[in-house]
Amino acid sequence: MVTSAPPIVEVAELHVRYGRCAALKGITLDVRRNEILGIIGPAQSGKTTLLKTINRTIDDVPGAVVTGTVKVEGKDVRQVEDVFALRRKIGMVAPLPVGLPLSIFDNVAFAPRMAGVRNRRELAERVERCLRQAALWDEVKDRLDSLGTKLSGGQQQRLTIARALSHDPEILCLDEFSIAIDPVTTMRIEDVLKELRTRITIILVTNLIQQARRLAGRTAFLLNGELVELGRTEVIFSDNPANRKTYEYVNGIFG
Amino acid sequence: MLIRRRWEALTEVAIELLIRLCGISAILFVFGIFFFVFREGSGFLFHGFKFLEFFGSTEWYPTSQSHVRYGVLALIAGTASVTALAMLIAVPFGIGAAIFISEFCGSRLKETLKITIEMLAAIPSVVWGFIGLTLMNPLIMKLFGAPIGLNVLNGGLILALMSLPIIVSVGEDALKAVPDSYREAALALGVTRWQLVYRVLLPAAKNGLLAAVLLGVGRAVGETMAVLMATGHAVKIPASLLDSVRTLTATIAAELGEAPVHSEHYQVLFIIGILLFMITFVVNLTAYLFVRGIRGK
Repeated sequence: MVTSAPPIVEVAELHVRYGRCAALKGITLDVRRNEILGIIGPAQSGKTTLLKTINRTIDDVPGAVVTGTVKVEGKDVRQVEDVFALRRKIGMVAPLPVGLPLSIFDNVAFAPRMAGVRNRRELAERVERCLRQAALWDEVKDRLDSLGTKLSGGQQQRLTIARALSHDPEILCLDEFSIAIDPVTTMRIEDVLKELRTRITIILVTNLIQQARRLAGRTAFLLNGELVELGRTEVIFSDNPANRKTYEYVNGIFG
Repeated sequence: MLIRRRWEALTEVAIELLIRLCGISAILFVFGIFFFVFREGSGFLFHGFKFLEFFGSTEWYPTSQSHVRYGVLALIAGTASVTALAMLIAVPFGIGAAIFISEFCGSRLKETLKITIEMLAAIPSVVWGFIGLTLMNPLIMKLFGAPIGLNVLNGGLILALMSLPIIVSVGEDALKAVPDSYREAALALGVTRWQLVYRVLLPAAKNGLLAAVLLGVGRAVGETMAVLMATGHAVKIPASLLDSVRTLTATIAAELGEAPVHSEHYQVLFIIGILLFMITFVVNLTAYLFVRGIRGK
């Protein structure tokens, strides 16, 4: 598993405070190109905050103070001039599916359009490709004009994945994507992720420990804003990971 | 003991009745007002009222000895022109301010702005009329070389300022009602702030924003004192912004005191009241239906 290629995301000594409350307390980790990195940990452990620092949507959280560095492809995200271009490099899928109040087609075409793609055929091709990648195309191809918000929860979540893929991101961040959908749909999306991992880097924040075990090459365990352990998934889920707390969390002794 | 218990039960019933009465009193009042306005005007409305003349003529000579005419076309035009100008100014500014307050400014500035705008709503309308009369009047004469500064422009500007607060506060509520998850989702897709507003928030909040505009229209149509003082009181269809006009509301306010009770003139003024009632009712109902449209989604 040791690769010589430089990591696509490097996080070093990352601290984030919301007012007086510290959400991340000195996180250092890296994400390798084309791997699935699982991030597990109980609620309030800073998982979502970590994702927000990567695409800098943390900027829009009032009162958030960030120190330390986050590099994407070797460049410090806080020195990036065009934050919008940075965000287009990263696909983000939120815990609850958020269909924008637009048609299915427009939902997926939204980001390319905002980035300046005007050609109708190009848009149509891209929408189809992304919907296929998200395993949604067959279900919606006949009603691309209907509202995205009218789809079922699982379909909406796949729609948001298609949308997150629509601007050809190099990194796909999923934040507890299965929290609001049924197990069958979850498995379908997991299959989609297995498909994607050959081409794209995936950061999978998950509340389902077994999901990390099924998908991730490496897994990080966050607790109260600190990185307890980062290692190969087999090690994390084995009987003797480096840290006792990891074992206890993974085996449901606390959390 | 038994007496005391019975007493408690009785007060319980009484209090419940009282609260219920408070609840439905608003409906009673509205119907009551409509009933009395209608009753005052109904005698003439059903006997001798010329529908065509009323809506089709610009001649308003209610006190003429030989040539009595009750045409309110010019008055309708007065109300419409002043309201239209007011909305032309207040809608872009109001919606713009709502967008700024809701999406672009910091929390401290936001509070300051909201309080200031609410203060704007608290200024009595006679004060607005006073401003129109003493401040805007000479200013308009000087700037535009108009013979008189009491005209559509003056009334429209005053009305714009008066209906601005309601447009801003209802508009801001509408934008605030758009779930934050839309904002987060759109920003994560790499859109700029303006693209977010234009492509996501405005479409998502469009019903609420329309309701804000319609409530502003209702405010402008119904306003009396300020337009009475600021529009110059000339019964004619305006040809330009610098023409004086008179509105439906101002006519009632100015003439009701002088019309002999139950005379034709008196009754026609009440018919104008019914007309105004219907206009604001339709506007408010439309606004309500749009607002309900947002909730229904």
